[in-house]
Amino acid sequence: MSEKRDKNDRVLSIRDLNISFQTANGKVNAIRGVRMDLFRGETIAIVGESGSGKSVTVKTIMGILAGNGQIESGRIDYTFTNEKGERETVDMTKLSQKEIRYRFNGKHIAMVFQDPMTSLDPTMTIGKQITEGMLLHEKISHEEAKKRALHLLEEVGIENPEKRFRQYPHQLSGGMRQRVVIAIALACNPDILICDEPTTALDVTIQARILEVIKKLQKEHDISVIYITHDLGVVAKVADYVDVMYAGRIIEKGNINEVFYDPRHPYTWGLLASMPDTDTDSKRLFAIPGTPPDLLEEIVGDAFAPRNPYALAIDYKAEPPMFNVGGQHRVASWLCDPRAPKVELPEQLKERLASMKLESERALKAQKEAEA
Amino acid sequence: MTEINYSAEPLLHVEGLKQHFRISRNYTTKAVDGISFDIWEGETYGLVGESGSGKSTTGRSLIRLYQPTAGKIIFDGHDISGKLSADNEKFLRQNMQMIFQDPMACLNPRKKVGEIIAQGLDIHHLYSSREERNEKVYAILDKVGLSKEHATRYPQQFSGGQRQRIGIARALIMHPKLVIADEAISALDVSIQAQVVNLMRDLQDEMGITYLFIAHDLSMVKYISDRIGVMHLGYIVETGTTDEIFTNPVHPYTRSLLSAIPHPNPIVEKLRTPITYDKEKEGVDYSKGVLHKLTDTHSVLATEDEYHKWISGSHSY
Ligand SMILES: Nc1ncnc2c1ncn2[C@@H]1O[C@H](COP(=O)(O)OP(=O)(O)OP(=O)(O)O)[C@@H](O)[C@H]1O
Ligand SMILES: Nc1ncnc2c1ncn2[C@@H]1O[C@H](COP(=O)(O)OP(=O)(O)OP(=O)(O)O)[C@@H](O)[C@H]1O
Ligand SMILES: [Mg+2]
Ligand SMILES: [Mg+2]
Repeated sequence: MSEKRDKNDRVLSIRDLNISFQTANGKVNAIRGVRMDLFRGETIAIVGESGSGKSVTVKTIMGILAGNGQIESGRIDYTFTNEKGERETVDMTKLSQKEIRYRFNGKHIAMVFQDPMTSLDPTMTIGKQITEGMLLHEKISHEEAKKRALHLLEEVGIENPEKRFRQYPHQLSGGMRQRVVIAIALACNPDILICDEPTTALDVTIQARILEVIKKLQKEHDISVIYITHDLGVVAKVADYVDVMYAGRIIEKGNINEVFYDPRHPYTWGLLASMPDTDTDSKRLFAIPGTPPDLLEEIVGDAFAPRNPYALAIDYKAEPPMFNVGGQHRVASWLCDPRAPKVELPEQLKERLASMKLESERALKAQKEAEA
Repeated sequence: MTEINYSAEPLLHVEGLKQHFRISRNYTTKAVDGISFDIWEGETYGLVGESGSGKSTTGRSLIRLYQPTAGKIIFDGHDISGKLSADNEKFLRQNMQMIFQDPMACLNPRKKVGEIIAQGLDIHHLYSSREERNEKVYAILDKVGLSKEHATRYPQQFSGGQRQRIGIARALIMHPKLVIADEAISALDVSIQAQVVNLMRDLQDEMGITYLFIAHDLSMVKYISDRIGVMHLGYIVETGTTDEIFTNPVHPYTRSLLSAIPHPNPIVEKLRTPITYDKEKEGVDYSKGVLHKLTDTHSVLATEDEYHKWISGSHSY
């Protein structure tokens, strides 16, 4: 994971993406210069508060931006193997929504939403919904499609697939429905699977099972996965890379260990510190004060400045660039400028990071011993 | 935190509570199938368990949105289990309140926030003048971190975290003894969750409120609860102090539930495989179990055999 990623394995490259929405109150600048890369077989997680632009970003990749949305600038280059077996790169922002839907959705890029009911058709059997895409995109017989659908249902951990194949969504429990949605998403062997809060509505036991299923299928088919979730435990479990979003920008990114064990942006500090801890018995949770900015107004400087106790004077004047802090770790905070004063991490977070590192060393040691 | 007096009479005593739903002539869902627990004044009792295990039904049964199928509910000395007398009904409505998961669903979009919050006061005529009523509304808005000006706005003009504060204000203006919070923070961001949880704690210290905290996010439940009940398929399979449940879980369901919580520690998390539990495979029948006491506060639902098997099992976490 920490090795260099090979350029030839890049499936998605987003550059300088800017998206706005026209609303009754004016223009909302929802995405403000997003840059993101996705490589074959890897998992990236996008985290950030509600309204930070996670869903809009991935919906744009899928070509399902809302009608009042507008791509102001930027490109989304998607590289795939076309019908002739050649590698081809297209800029998704130049295609019509119809074209994206017809050529790519389901077949190349598939998405799982938070609420399975929004992506399932209540009037169609499970079987029909899984085979529909296969029959549309591939030249296969109904029997062949059914065989593959049953196999998929089994793979996502649904017992008695023959029976479920003939049932309707309302006859299944919430966890089962979400597994069906995942089966549908995987039916056409996509290169990219996008999961927007796939397990938020589920309880932890079912969540754990679904995450395992996705991981297993991802490995088998070399799929790249984008995960959106606000559960940092889930991120730790599944992600190779993390992008932290705030007010329409990515403010910190890197491989998971860089971001989780050595966070540099005060907003990331806040996110990590506001989770209840497993060890410390401090009586108060750290809470980031205030609320995210209103994107109707133009943002001057660092959007996080008004909530940031470590804000510098320059934070209110100029937007920080992405600083390279080593490895694959990039941070958009003036605190990373060599001229910035040195600031100490909040005490609570410092302790937590120390205990996290200790725990991870212990786990690694136990692993080595178990192997030996 | 305030000290809890566990030798006093509990604020809420629940015994053998059953809540069945008749779906058709020959099919009944046993959503809650005979649970017993106590909650003492000033404490937070967490109720956890998988989706459909009966947590919300328990809460709704207690606040008497349903007519319980069987069992006894004693709330601050009042028997609120059978048909409610006018006095008991009044006592219940004033002293037990509920906060819901989706604040929008229970906040009337056509009413101003001030009206929504004052609703309980209006119904029970808990003021002698308009001024007194408004003063009460402003005071509670202030307590939950909103301002007087917010009273004249509509719910849709607030963020998720602020709406949840409105829901809390509406429940707390009655100065209830018990608040049932059903997934009250589940829909919120981590950072906003922290704000709301801190608020609930502060109000508990200040006003001596008791909470029944229902959630499927175990890390938050662990953080906020003094004691925890673990529900599975309509039964409380294990109950104990938060410490007992997390450091010495006995029931295999509790153990699988705890091991399924992902820890925000990437290296540890990627090396770990959760324990699984299959009731059928293990041949566990909850209706045959009885409560076995491990300590004064810690008990587990099991048959004699199961109990011995489970407590002799080695626990890896
Ligand atoms: N159709 C729309 N019209 C106007 N504004 C929109 C529209 N869709 C999204 N937005 C705005 O764009 C911003 C980003 O929204 P987005 O849905 O991407 O957030 P998110 O990070 O996915 O949040 P959540 O965690 O709540 O799902 C928000 O400010 C939102 O209000
Ligand atoms: N009014 C009702 N009529 C019929 N069945 C019901 C009713 N309310 C709940 N149930 C059933 O009772 C069981 C328990 O539901 P309940 O909502 O209490 O679960 P829960 O533990 O709160 O789950 P979740 O975590 O998903 O909220 C479920 O099988 C549910 O379908
Ligand atoms: Mg979203
Ligand atoms: Mg519920």
